[in-house]
Amino acid sequence: MNAFSVGFKTLFYKEILRFWKVATQTIAAPVVTSMLYLLIFGHVLEGQVQMLDGVSYTAFLIPGLVMMSVLQNAFANSSSSLIQSKITGNLVFILLPPLSHWEILSAYVSASIVRGLSVGLGVFVITAWFAHLSFTFPLWIVAFALLGAAILGTMGVIAGIWAEKFDQLAAFQNFLIMPATFLAGVFYSIKKLPPFWLAVSHFNPFFYMIDGFRYGFFGKSDVSPWTSLAIVAVFFVVLAGVSINLLRGGYKLRH
Amino acid sequence: MTAIQIDSVEKSYKGFKALKGVSLTIEQGEFFGLLGPNGAGKTTLISTIAGLIRPDVGSVRIHGHDVVRDFRAARMKLGVVPQELVFDPFFTVRETLRLQSGYFGLKNNDKWIDEVMENLDLTAKADVNMRALSGGMKRRVLVAQALVHKPPVIVLDEPTAGVDVELRQTLWKFISRLNREGHTVVLTTHYLEEAQAMCQRVAMLKTGNVVALDTMSQLLRRVSGSSLVVHLKHGTLPADLRHLVAHDEHDEGASNGNKYTLRVNDYNEVEGILARLRAGGAEIDEMQLQQADLEDIFIQIMEGESHAGAPVR
Repeated sequence: MNAFSVGFKTLFYKEILRFWKVATQTIAAPVVTSMLYLLIFGHVLEGQVQMLDGVSYTAFLIPGLVMMSVLQNAFANSSSSLIQSKITGNLVFILLPPLSHWEILSAYVSASIVRGLSVGLGVFVITAWFAHLSFTFPLWIVAFALLGAAILGTMGVIAGIWAEKFDQLAAFQNFLIMPATFLAGVFYSIKKLPPFWLAVSHFNPFFYMIDGFRYGFFGKSDVSPWTSLAIVAVFFVVLAGVSINLLRGGYKLRH
Repeated sequence: MTAIQIDSVEKSYKGFKALKGVSLTIEQGEFFGLLGPNGAGKTTLISTIAGLIRPDVGSVRIHGHDVVRDFRAARMKLGVVPQELVFDPFFTVRETLRLQSGYFGLKNNDKWIDEVMENLDLTAKADVNMRALSGGMKRRVLVAQALVHKPPVIVLDEPTAGVDVELRQTLWKFISRLNREGHTVVLTTHYLEEAQAMCQRVAMLKTGNVVALDTMSQLLRRVSGSSLVVHLKHGTLPADLRHLVAHDEHDEGASNGNKYTLRVNDYNEVEGILARLRAGGAEIDEMQLQQADLEDIFIQIMEGESHAGAPVR
């Protein structure tokens, strides 16, 4: 058993090392992008709209941007690592050793969490200067950040296994992850939406991640944080189950 | 002890049957050659042994461990050098080997990593990024990666394809040492002289079937003697020697100028042939006696005209 925990630690370390060696691209660039979102949207909309009572728009926006960065970068980490390894052929170094399906999944997802949280922390440190933020329930912040990163890391594993070329992965990212994140209340409260889109938003699991995360800061949310936690947790379990089955069955990995 | 047990393995891709019921037993300590033309199924079979491909029918066991059901134990016993020149561009040689050790559950493996690098002339490149290495150096790293966990069974899929003489010598010296120390080595190669020099036993694959399986010495004995190549300055081959002409020259209608390749089963036959040529008025310009080798038997078997009769299984 000990041998296999070394396997997990090694693959986890390798995945960390992989994104750390290109930190400008994997950490600094998304932090700058989020900063630009804050400057543009915060400047234009500050004082014009109020999403939560007693919370300025810039303060409302910051947790949304932090969580969006966490989610997108967690997804990018596992998905890009897998697709690169598949296309260059070096995935064979992971497939030949006695790594279990759990070790492979948990290593990729754990590294995605680290990358997602690193970028999220970077975004927070830079943007927190622009508004007064409270930390009403810090444990909710941590719980939703961890679960959100884990979910997107797992989705990245699924996308990385499924995609056979960069084009397919880009489609997954641009037509699924990006819209689901943007339409989950990063920039607005879903209560401001017309009834139809308000109802549709409740079917978007990304909404619960961001809403629950924001609740940790302000103690206010569109739905109960417990409801969000339950939905997010079930979503993670389902995705982890799908990933494990793909790895166990060797889908697009072992022919 | 059986190192690799392959039982009735079949594998199809979209209707194309790459392996058609292959069965082989390779004992621990053997240096075993897996030969065949492109598309014969060698890499499919090796990928099945490595667990990269799952057989439709049949099973593969490494040291008694099924490569699908008991994959962890099976993979611990196996080191595979893939045919493709693949590498991870993020890491140095040493990082690559340390990571590979870790995947096999090994911590603090630097002593063996250093020894492997030393034996493959990689020490000077230990801290160089993989991207900066030449093709031959990358191939050495692939070999080193397969050996980091000291596997008792080593599979080399075309390890010397496109590499220079120096690497070949370094590689075979190290692999031979490992084989002498008890490691099983399974080799696929298109360089038949390498297979002849290294392998104790050989299987030949053709269109997904094993068409020959024997020890190297027995295989070579099957070749019908040697060949006498004669280039005539004047005259033609007497009619009573034409039955000795190699089959391919018959097919060409002996149109290869005045050059003939004659089969001889025994060196004593040479004197009689020369006497017949002289008596028939032919004058020899050049003459060469060629010893039969693995390439001859390979060609005979692949053309389906083995002089040894039916393939041995």
